[in-house]
Amino acid sequence: MKPTLKRSNAPIFWALFGAGGMLSALFGPMLVFITGLAIPLGLLLPADALSYPKMLAFTQNFIGKGFVFAVIALFLWHAAHRIFHSLHDIGIHAGTGAKLACYGSAMVGTVIAAYALLSIGF
Amino acid sequence: MPHMSDIQKVIEIEVLRYNPETDKAPSSQVFEVPFTDDMSVLQGVQYIKDYLDGSLSFRWSCRMAICGSCGMMINGVPHLSCETFLRDYYPARVRVEALNHFPIERDLVINMEGFINKLESIQPYIIPKEPRTLAQGEYLQTPEQLNLYEQFSSCINCMLCYAACPQFGLNPDFIGPAATALLHRYNVDSRDGGKEERMDLVRSEEGVFHCTAVGYCSEVCPKHVDPANAVNQNKTNAAVDYFLRFVSPKGGAK
Ligand code: SF4
Ligand code: FES
Repeated sequence: MKPTLKRSNAPIFWALFGAGGMLSALFGPMLVFITGLAIPLGLLLPADALSYPKMLAFTQNFIGKGFVFAVIALFLWHAAHRIFHSLHDIGIHAGTGAKLACYGSAMVGTVIAAYALLSIGF
Repeated sequence: MPHMSDIQKVIEIEVLRYNPETDKAPSSQVFEVPFTDDMSVLQGVQYIKDYLDGSLSFRWSCRMAICGSCGMMINGVPHLSCETFLRDYYPARVRVEALNHFPIERDLVINMEGFINKLESIQPYIIPKEPRTLAQGEYLQTPEQLNLYEQFSSCINCMLCYAACPQFGLNPDFIGPAATALLHRYNVDSRDGGKEERMDLVRSEEGVFHCTAVGYCSEVCPKHVDPANAVNQNKTNAAVDYFLRFVSPKGGAK
């Protein structure tokens, strides 16, 4: 046994990964359907459901803002973790660079989402 | 009536050979082995050793899937060779190699020192909560308390799960499936009081977070231990502790 065991910081990334996975399982397919099929093809939903004024109102609402932020940020952290751990399967030895690229893009995406959502006000 | 030789089936066994003292790299050698339908792959390599090449090295003991020493890669899949049958591969050739992800000592014999060290590090025995005298009698457990750990106590240390685990293959420091399953077996035993010490290992950089939930370990386990389940339960335990240790510090955090 190693004399001193260093506590792993993985729970942070693992928790974000888990939360993102849960959220994407719950909302992912529905969002793909709404934004990718229903609206463009005019199925089921009113044509202006995702119109600019409606979406603006949605994201200016406190809960709407939170929802959009959670969906963007947690999906990104989930994807970053998944991609990072799949890299070696496609022959890329995942080192610090890959770690920075994966989790870094999630971080950048999170910051941009937060900034954009805050800048459109309440 | 046909002669024995007319009905004798012969299977080709391709064996990975390696002697680190003389060979630059492992190579394979093919043997033609007469077999009957009741012969295991282990009996096939025993035939080779007895009649074709006495220098072939491998481990075995019980021949009944209990001792855990005869693990080999058979056509690329980790199996106990004593419970894997030649008839299931015939008429094709069967390929037998040392367990993946371990250093080879010789031919099919792997070096298990790393695994033994891990086994020791998890303290695989009951650490009593408080001293207990004989006069106090035996510990009593309810069926529910037994259920919590019984499955994880069936491990025979065959290391097939390590040969199956891609993350152990990438980083041999990872504590890995069987050691985590056994660690969990003691942690959830109502008689045990050593959980905190063992959890330091679970939470460490060598601990459970190497696992990417592949699940192949549980698939190859000949004893239905489900080590993946133990690893993933402990990810949750470690994560809860990671975030809650500030709320209710118990010490031990480094
Ligand atoms: S958990 Fe299963 S596969 Fe792993 S060492 Fe134990 S018995 Fe073998
Ligand atoms: S020889 Fe004991 S498990 Fe196969």
